[in-house]
Amino acid sequence: MTEGTGAAGVGKFATGIPGFEYISDGGLPAGRATLVAGSSGSGKSIFSAQFLVAGIQQAGDPGVFVTFEEPPAAIRDNFESLDWAIGEWEAQGLWAFVDLSPEEEQPEVAGDFDLGALLPRIEHAVNRVGARRLVIDSIGTLYSQFSDRHMVRRALGQLMAAVRRMGVTTLVTAERTEEYGAVARFEVEEFVADSVVLLRNILDGDKRRRTLEILKMRGTSHQKGEYPFSVSAEAEGVSIIPLSAIELNQPASTERASFGVPELDAMCAGGLLRRSVSLVAGPTGTGKSLLSSHFLTGAPDERALLIAFEEGSDQLRRNADGWGLPLRAMEERGSLRIESAYPETAALEDHLVRLKNVLDEFRPERVALDSLSALERIGSDRGFREFLIALVAHLRAQGITTLLTTNTSNLQGGGIASEAQVSSMTDTILLLRYAEQAAQVKRALVVLKMRGSDQDKAVREFTVSDRGIRVGEPLQGKGGTLLGFTGV
Amino acid sequence: MDQYLLKLYVTGRTPRSQQAIDNLDALLKDGSHDHYRLEVIDVLEDPQRAEEHKVLATPTLIKELPPPVRRVIGDLSDRHQVLLGLDLESVPDSEGGDAND
Repeated sequence: MTEGTGAAGVGKFATGIPGFEYISDGGLPAGRATLVAGSSGSGKSIFSAQFLVAGIQQAGDPGVFVTFEEPPAAIRDNFESLDWAIGEWEAQGLWAFVDLSPEEEQPEVAGDFDLGALLPRIEHAVNRVGARRLVIDSIGTLYSQFSDRHMVRRALGQLMAAVRRMGVTTLVTAERTEEYGAVARFEVEEFVADSVVLLRNILDGDKRRRTLEILKMRGTSHQKGEYPFSVSAEAEGVSIIPLSAIELNQPASTERASFGVPELDAMCAGGLLRRSVSLVAGPTGTGKSLLSSHFLTGAPDERALLIAFEEGSDQLRRNADGWGLPLRAMEERGSLRIESAYPETAALEDHLVRLKNVLDEFRPERVALDSLSALERIGSDRGFREFLIALVAHLRAQGITTLLTTNTSNLQGGGIASEAQVSSMTDTILLLRYAEQAAQVKRALVVLKMRGSDQDKAVREFTVSDRGIRVGEPLQGKGGTLLGFTGV
Repeated sequence: MDQYLLKLYVTGRTPRSQQAIDNLDALLKDGSHDHYRLEVIDVLEDPQRAEEHKVLATPTLIKELPPPVRRVIGDLSDRHQVLLGLDLESVPDSEGGDAND
């Protein structure tokens, strides 16, 4: 039921691990073993355990977990935080352990022996629960337990032959010592050479990122390159972020999402394009949060989500009160939600997974994120770009109208942070800036770009009162003064 | 009255399995450890018991009684290691009674 046919006649077996089917073009080779190699801490155990969990939760597939490292009790405990009820699944016959974790006391050796109970125990567990999925974690451990390498090689060879015979889709993990060196220690890949997945935990700038790469997959097609992945309790395990799956050019609608402020709508030819992504850029204090709040409260009957990385929820509510905007009332009615978090509390991949979950659960029609700049400082450039691509794609796929804000460092506006990458993903750019006119500093707003629209091109002054924004007349003056802030 | 409870795990009726059984028999006879009970378990026939006792290598000999539980792996050809591993060397020799009674 979870099998499909991939290239070259090898069936693919859908894993249910979020994102994996995309990068593997449909899943793992069905009925075969795939090597999952990674350094310690790269997420091999959790990745392979999730393969079993997804099988149980999504397809009712029983699974067997052969552990050479941690005893079953430790594994049950470790995964409790992910809400994986392994103990219950064992009782229901959906999960079985084969416990090959080392004994505390090494047994005395008195003569020749081999690993004769290995296969009978694994085969017994597979038959007992009717397993369709098998995990062997991790295969190289026997080499450090037994000094006779020939015996271990023979046992592993027999084990892999038995896995092929049983026709159970299998993940075999193996330890690596370097992120970009040999596939695995102890040459274990000689037993499972057809399909190899590499997990990495790499230092990118001064940040750690986890990535997953399919090195090869039994002659079937798969996506190439490293994909970021996240391990989190919210996602109940591993999520892979399939960047190249993402279609950035879905057509935006021609319908408009009103700001609820006629002058502002007028500047944008009627409002923001629905299903589009807009960027508000400007230096600190020019009114980015103000515009976000107007946008979210522009249609009180639409569901709106504010993703706040700059200010706490209380402050945001007070600000909106001060501008006369019904943020609090909408929140009480349940049509508006504030998700505020400190950027530094999690890695970008984890923020992404959390936000996706919030979006999927709350199903907003409008989303404002304030601000990208706060997130930019916690990741590498590449990590930030990947985050943004994935988030924007998710928002578009859900048909959400989105407003993102970003800080510009200089007071005149212009010089939008991460300009090139962000602006290529957005349909509309609103620029806020300070401007000098008649020896006064004023705040000004201009719609720099608006895909497919004949927007107002004037730079307009605006003021803020207890009734929110008031957009005024175009600023008069020589071009130079309008676009620059000559006094500073 | 079983003073010693021994379990020997083997894989099938192989020469090595038989070797272990013979070696153990001889040792128990010679050493006059007359109060013992030995059970031979074939992991091919009873893999669940191998799972419960965490047996990986075969042959594996487990002394369950008296405590502490000890285990020895191999075909038991190294008599000294067997006695050491089972904590049996401290058992004094008796008058050579028949262990198989």
